[in-house]
Amino acid sequence: MNQWKNFTKGFLKDNPILVLILGTCPTLGTTTSGINGLSMGLATTFVLLGSNVFISLLKNFIPDKVRIPAFIVVIASFVTVVELVMKAYLPDLFNTLGLFIPLIVVNCIVLGRAEAFASKNNVFSSAVDGLGMGLGFAMALFLLGTIREILGAGSVLGHKFISGDGMLVFILAPGAFIALGYMIMLANQMKKKYIKD
Amino acid sequence: MLNPKDSEKLNMAKKESTFGNMLMALLIISLVSSTTLGFVYEFTKEPIRMVEINKTNAAIQAVVPPFDNQPAVESYKVASDLDSLRFYPAKMKGVVVGTAVETYTKKGFSGLIKLMIGLAPDGSIIDISVLEHQETPGLGDKIDKAKSDFSLQFQGKNPAEFKLIVKKDRGDVDAITASTISSRAYCDAVKRAYDAYMSTLVKNQ
Repeated sequence: MNQWKNFTKGFLKDNPILVLILGTCPTLGTTTSGINGLSMGLATTFVLLGSNVFISLLKNFIPDKVRIPAFIVVIASFVTVVELVMKAYLPDLFNTLGLFIPLIVVNCIVLGRAEAFASKNNVFSSAVDGLGMGLGFAMALFLLGTIREILGAGSVLGHKFISGDGMLVFILAPGAFIALGYMIMLANQMKKKYIKD
Repeated sequence: MLNPKDSEKLNMAKKESTFGNMLMALLIISLVSSTTLGFVYEFTKEPIRMVEINKTNAAIQAVVPPFDNQPAVESYKVASDLDSLRFYPAKMKGVVVGTAVETYTKKGFSGLIKLMIGLAPDGSIIDISVLEHQETPGLGDKIDKAKSDFSLQFQGKNPAEFKLIVKKDRGDVDAITASTISSRAYCDAVKRAYDAYMSTLVKNQ
C-alpha cells in the first residue's frame, strides 16, 4: 500500500469533516476560535493514533462479536489520559474545550477508523492512517475556527484587528453551520478538480 | 485501500467468538486499561489539585482586599435557599478583612451562572467576578468584567440601601441593554450571596 497516499487521504480525499461529514458535534461546538479548533483536532489526533495502533495490534486477539466494546474501552482509555493530562498541565485549554474532551470517546471518526481500517490492516498502515485522518480533522477544525474567529470576533489567533464585536452569529451555532456548509462546498469543488480516482 | 475480495478474506479469518475467549479478551483489555489509567491518575493527581487551588485563590484574590491566610483551606459552607454556598474568609493578621462568596443562579438566559463575590465585614460589596457562564456572546456575556462595565456599578455598594433589582423592576441596578434576563440573574446571584452572608452575621450575634 502506498503510505503517502494513505497519509494524505485524510486531508482532502477522505477528510472526516469535509467529505465524510463525521464528528460534526465537536466540530461545531469547539471551533469558536482557531486555537480551540486546533487543540481539539490535536487531542483527537492523539486518541486516533493511539487507538488505531492498539486496535491493529489486538485485532487477532479480539473475537469478532465483542469487537465494539473492546474498541470502545481502548478509545476511552486514551481519551481519559488526554483529559487528565490536559486538566493537569493545560487547565485554561481544558476549561474552554471542557465537555468535548470526554466526548471524543463517541466521536464517529475514532470508532469509524478502528472498525473500517485498524481492525483490518497492519500496525504501521494503521498508525499512518490515524495520523493522516487526525491531522486532516485538525486542519478542518483549525480552518473553521479561524474563519469563525475572523468573522465573529474580528481577531486572528486571539489578536484583534477590529475593535468591538464582529458578526456575532459566527460565534454562535448557526454561524458554525453556515461556515461549515461553505467549507464543505469548497472542499468538494477542490476534490473534483484535483483528485482523480 | 483494500479491494472487497481481500477484506472478505480477512473477515473470514476473524477469530471465532466463543464465550470463553470473549470473556478473556474483554477482561484482559479492561484490566490493562484500568491499570494504565490508575497510574496516569496517580501521576496527574497532584498537578490537578494545584491547578484547582490556584484557580480558587486567583478568583478570591480578585474580589477581596489583600490577605495573608489560606481562604481556600479555611472555607466553610453556609446554607442558602436551594443549595449551600461556599464562603472563603480572607484574613489579614487574624482579622477578617472580607469574605469571598461563591454563589450561583439558575435564572440565567442559558444555564447556570457562577459568581465570586467579595463582601466587606459590614456586608457591602467589594468586587464581583464571573466564574462560569453560558450567556449569549455580545449580549449577556457583558456580565463579565472583561466585556463591559456592568459589574463595576456594584463596587462599594451596600445591598442594605442599594436594591439588587434592575431599574425596570424598580430597583437600583442598571441592566445591560438587551440582556435584562442576564442582568436579573446576576442580581439574583448577588442577592443570594448577600442574604446568606447576613444570615451568618445574625447567627453570630
